[in-house]
Formats: sequence, C-alpha cells, structure tokens
Amino acid sequence: MTVEWDWIADHTGELTALSVSHLQAALTAVLLGLLISLPLAVLAHRVRQLRGPLLGIANVLFTIPSIAIFVLLLPVSGLTRTTTVTGLTVYTLVVLLRNTVDGLDAVPAKAREAAKAMGARPLRTLLTVELPLALPVIMAGVRIATVMSISLVSVATYIGDGGLGQLFTDGFQRNFPTPVLAGVVLTLLLALVADALLVAVEYVLTPWNRKGRRA
Amino acid sequence: MIEFRAVHKRFANGTTAVHDLTLSMPAGGITVLVGSSGCGKTTTLRMINRMVEPTSGTIHVDGRDICSQDAALLRRSIGYVIQQSGLFPHRTVLDNIATVPLLLGWGRRKARTRAAELLETVGLAHDAGKRYPHQLSGGQQQRVGVARALAADPPVLLMDEPFGAVDPVVRTQLQDELLRLQKELDKTIVFVTHDIAEAIRLGDRIAVFRTGGRLVQCATPAELLARPADPFVADFLGAERGLMLLSLIPLGDLPRRPVPEGGRWELVLGPGRRPKGWRDRSAGDGDGALLPVRPLRDGDSLLSALNESVGSPCGLVVRVDTEGALTGVTSREEVHDRAGTAHASAARAASAPPEPAPRAGDHPPVADPAPASAPGTTGGAP
Amino acid sequence: MGELLMDLGAWLTSGDQWSGVDGIANRLGEHLEYSLIATVIAAAIALPTGLLIGHTGRGAFLAINLSSFGRALPTVGLIVLVFLASGLSMTPVYVSLVALAVPSIVTNTYAGMRAVDPETRDAARGQGMRAHQVLLRVEIPLALPLIMTGLRLALVQVVATATIAAYVSFGGLGRYVFDGLAQRDLVQVLGGAVLVAAVALVLDLALAALQRALFVNRPA
Repeated sequence: MTVEWDWIADHTGELTALSVSHLQAALTAVLLGLLISLPLAVLAHRVRQLRGPLLGIANVLFTIPSIAIFVLLLPVSGLTRTTTVTGLTVYTLVVLLRNTVDGLDAVPAKAREAAKAMGARPLRTLLTVELPLALPVIMAGVRIATVMSISLVSVATYIGDGGLGQLFTDGFQRNFPTPVLAGVVLTLLLALVADALLVAVEYVLTPWNRKGRRA
Repeated sequence: MIEFRAVHKRFANGTTAVHDLTLSMPAGGITVLVGSSGCGKTTTLRMINRMVEPTSGTIHVDGRDICSQDAALLRRSIGYVIQQSGLFPHRTVLDNIATVPLLLGWGRRKARTRAAELLETVGLAHDAGKRYPHQLSGGQQQRVGVARALAADPPVLLMDEPFGAVDPVVRTQLQDELLRLQKELDKTIVFVTHDIAEAIRLGDRIAVFRTGGRLVQCATPAELLARPADPFVADFLGAERGLMLLSLIPLGDLPRRPVPEGGRWELVLGPGRRPKGWRDRSAGDGDGALLPVRPLRDGDSLLSALNESVGSPCGLVVRVDTEGALTGVTSREEVHDRAGTAHASAARAASAPPEPAPRAGDHPPVADPAPASAPGTTGGAP
Repeated sequence: MGELLMDLGAWLTSGDQWSGVDGIANRLGEHLEYSLIATVIAAAIALPTGLLIGHTGRGAFLAINLSSFGRALPTVGLIVLVFLASGLSMTPVYVSLVALAVPSIVTNTYAGMRAVDPETRDAARGQGMRAHQVLLRVEIPLALPLIMTGLRLALVQVVATATIAAYVSFGGLGRYVFDGLAQRDLVQVLGGAVLVAAVALVLDLALAALQRALFVNRPA
C-alpha cells in the first residue's frame, strides 16, 4: 500500500473543504446535544423518578447502529445535513446526559446547603454553585461527545454526507487507499485538536482547580 | 431575641426530632444547644432560618414570626456557620465571604471591600482573600466560614458544630476568637455542639437536649453545673462536673503574698519582672535547670490555679498582672480552700438575677499575647 | 409511517425471512460471532493494560490519551483502509471492532483501579500482602464493577458497529442494512437496524443483570 502524495497535493482544497464541513457537523451536534441534555439532566437530578427513564431512553438510542439512525431519519429529513446532525446529536445525548447528572450528583452537599442557608434561591444556586462545581465532569462528557461525533460523522457517507467520510467510500469504490488514509489522519487530527481546545477551555473556566493544593 | 413557642418537628419518616419546645434565647448572648447525636439540637437550630420547617408551633426572631417572611430573604438576614465550613470550593475566599452582600445586591465593589474588612476581623492575612478554600488549613477555613456569616452584619448568628472538625489546639483558639468577636459585635448567637466543655466555655446559657428532641434544662453554665435538673443532665455533664465548675470561677481576690525568701526553690524573674521558672537551689546553679512556671492572671480560673498548684514543685501558684509582671504567689492551701467553697458560690451566682458576672477567661487583652499554655515562653522575651 | 411499521412487522415475522443463508437466524449468528470474538480479543488486550496502569500508576497519561485517540478513529475509514491493505479476509472487520472496543475497556479498568481507596490499598500492604496479592485480592475485586461497566459499554458499541462487516462483503445483520440501502428497500434497512438494536439491548441488559447478581452487596 503506497501513499500517493501527488494526489494529496492536488486535492488540498477539497480536503480542507471536507474537513470544515466535517467539523461543522460534529460541533453543531455537540452544541445541540448540550442544549437538550442540560435541562434534561437538571430535571433528572432534581426529580429522582425521572432519572431511570431518561437515562434508559438515552441508553437505548445509543444501541441503535449509527448507520441505521441515519437511514431511519431519511423519511423525515431526506439526504440533508439535518439528517447527519440529528443522528449525531442522538449519539451525544447518552454521554452528555449521564455526565451532567453525575456532575450534579458530585456537587458537595455542604456547598449546596450553604448556598440555601445564605438565602440563594434554587435557580441562582444552580447557576452559581451547582453548574460551576459540576463543570469538570460535564466537560469530560463534552470532550468524549466531541471526539465521538468527529469520528462518527464519516458514517453519514452512506447517506451522501459525512464530511471526510466521503473519502472512504470514494477510495473503497476506486480501490485507492490514499484518500482513505488522508481521511483517517485528518479525522484524528480534527479530534485531537478539538480535544486539546476543550482542555484549554476547561482550564480557563475552572481557576479553582488550577492552584496547587495545600498538603 | 429568639422565641420558640410549643415547636414540634416530626419528619416524614415518623421520627420526632423536636418535641414541644418552648425556649427563649436572649438577644446579645450565646445560647448553646447541647446533647448527644439525634437529640434534635441541629434541627432546632435549622428551624430558625427555615432550613427545616416546624410541624407546629411558632418561632419569632426579634418579635417577627419567621414563617411570615420569605425564606430566602430571612436566610440572608441570619448568619450561618456549618461544620467543615461549607465554603464554595470554586470561589476565592474573598468571593465566598461576599456571598450574602452580593445576594442582597450591594454591588461587587462594596461587597469585596466589606469582605476584605472581615478577613482582618477574623484574624486572616489580607492575601488569604485571593486563595481558594482548599488552599487553607482547616482552622483558617473555619475562620472564613465565620467571616462569611458575618458579612451582611446580621443580628443573629447560627453556628452548627462549627469547630467540630479541627484539632483541639486550633479549636481552643477559635473559641477564644469567637468570645473576643462576640464582645465586640454583640450578636445573638445560637451554637450547637455535642462537646460539653465547649458549651461551658462559650455559653451564656446552655440548653441540654435528650433523645427524642426534648429540652431537659436551660440554664447558665454555673447553674447547670451546680444544680443539674436530673440524673440525665448530671450524667451528660460527666465525671469532671466539679472541675468544670472551678473553670467558671476567676481567681479574683484570692490573696497574694510575697515570694518566700530562702527555701529550696527560687523564682527566677526575667526583664519586666516576668517569672521565668523555678530554680532548685540544692542542685547547684545555671539557668538550664529551670522548671517551667505558668503564671496566672486574676481573670484565670480556679481550675487553672488548682492545676498549677499540683504541678508546681513547691505548691505555690505564681500570679502576674495584665502586663505579665509578678504580683505575688498564692499557696496550695488557699487555692484548695477556695475550691472547696466553689459549689456554694456557683449556686449563689446561679440564683442571683442574671447579670454579666465576670467570667474566667474574660481578662482584657494584654500587651504580650504569648499563649499562657506554652510554659517557658512567658516573660523571657524582651 | 403506520404502513411502514406494518411492513416491518410482516418482514420480521415471516417464516421465510428466518431461514436460509440470508435468513435472520443465520445473520444473527454471524453478528454475534463477530461481536463476541472482537470483544474477547479487545478484552485480552485491554484488561491487562488497564490493570497494569492502574496498579502501578504509571503510564496513565499515555493510557488516557491513547484511548481518546482510539475513540477518534473513524471505524468506516479504518475498515476500508485495512481492507484495501489486506484484501478479502476477516482481518479488517476484527481490527476495526477491536480498535473500537479497547479504549472503553482500558479507560474503565483504569478508572476502577484508581477508584480503590488508597487507604484500603495501604491497609492491604500493611497486613503483609505482596504486590500481586494486593492486585488479586483487593484491587481487582473492588474495581470489578467499573471493569464490568467498561466491558458492557464495549460490547454494545461492538454489536452496533459490527453492522459494518457487511460493507466489506461479510455477513451479520448489517447485510440487511446495506442490501436495503442498495435496493432502496427501507423496510429491510429498518428490520436490520431493529434487530441490531435488540441484540445490543438484550446483551446489555443480560450483563447488567449479571453485574447486579455478582455485586449484590455493593453500594451502587
């Protein structure tokens, strides 16, 4: 198996465009996933009876093969970007929902209690105490969901989208490994860069976890 | 003034946490709630700021029924300190202290200025404000907890075993600090503890609870020790009840005599006539052989004097003035005689109308605040 | 939509559909075979790695980043790449499924080992246990619930993804998905998807039940 560097040199424009489209699909999905799972997680955290069903539904969705999810959406949204993003969003829900619930669970009871005792109302406690303290766990979920989405976008190649995934079907049909390899490497790069950026975001958002602990 | 009237609290699981409690806690005093775990003392405390809602009965703070007020607003008007401080781990010390002022809408600048002031009030260095709670020691965190509760200058302070998680030495320091602050600020403090010694040390009044949430006795420390209401209270006060009584009585006018000349033991004085220690004349000379002495001030307790008289090589208790300079000595026999009349005097004080009697430990601050508990450090320094 | 579901019901329940080489029974068997073999290979690689890293505390950075790297690998690309390199064999299927499963198992095993209270570990050494005894008698039993969670997660992912074997001309339930796609037969695609999801779900629930039975006295 040899890599044809000429092909890569000739197609940098296309590779860039595919990368951008790839990243766009993945990030939109994570963002949507966050918007959906954050309120659901708060609900699951506050109302114990809802926790089992909500996490259960997310788990079931996770077991459906990604190809099948895209295909199942075809009758609804057709061969469009919407189908890709919706399918990916479904997959992010499991990780985001579970991590956000776990993060809220891990908030020290004393901190929550102190906020209440000092006269903070529930919404304020949520925004200024609970969510900030749950942030490290939530961010861990966001990182996993992002990397996973970036890797999964390519599956949408079977329904005519898929960003860098198009290189895989293309290479497969023409029995030509170079685009496939380029697609794999670029996907990994996108994932690693996105992950590193998220680590940086977390670092900025949680100054209290930065300074050295006193022994 | 906090008034409980026929307050009852039964939890959803059917246990009665507080049973028919009628109790008033005077303004400007420290009321300590004591009892073993599960006796309802914490529930009682938490009903005052509506962290727990009473099942029946009423609670008034400063004449107002707390249930007629918005719970969140009520809580902002009452300071609250809990065990292990309950500080927000994601906020700096300064922001932690500024919590209630910010909730009250003071504005960031004013809240921060107030928080910085309070750092000093509770004896923390200015630069501690920029740190996060986990970077402080347990004792320092507890001080921040107190500062946070004081931030909006609430008239009432609730303290739920605030010093339970720190080591004994630091706990004593924090207790002293609280008494000093209280003298300055004159808050109405409700303090929960299971440590009877802490209750005796801090309380103006002590309310003893027993399992099932029943109040057994509410009295001044002296009255409690001299006249426990029943065997349960006596048992709770423990085997050292008599000695604790001595801890409440100051040395005061116990006669002072000049240090005897001659004899085997010589009291060595440092600069400013501060006692350094006893020297054994029969063992040759040299400062190295000094036996440490722990001089007492007039405000120190009879218990300290008793302890000192037993520990001193010649049975003499060394007395100093507020500057730490020698004023005389008191013999073991005189201390013991006075101790013998302790019960009668405590009972007399207990039946007298409640007036702020001078308490052991109430001596004014002195120029050299070296801790008296560290033998050998008193007086030697220039 | 209602009609689609009726057709799906008919497809799933017709006797013809269950028998023969292209029958559901056969495809189900293939699917399970791929999934279980891949998961066992992945466990054989990932469990010792996770245990070693967790026990020694060394290489944690590497392990965490490797598993993040593994999660980022696009399975579709990997399978095509290995297929083009190795030709028509089961290798591409297993390579990509194992690559998918290893990270979940390593991360969870490592997390389970790290979650063991250091004081418990210390107490075990204090009683005179040797390193391997601490590992076998204290750390692994305590880490087991999380290790099991990792295996469950890996198995679900592998079952869902084994669909892709059909793309490189092998069998399994993915056959229906890809054949249906090619033939524009939505009912067949749906049937395949429902079957895969059902298999994943049943296996997950079975493992969850096993986990509950094994750790009946453990706090959740």
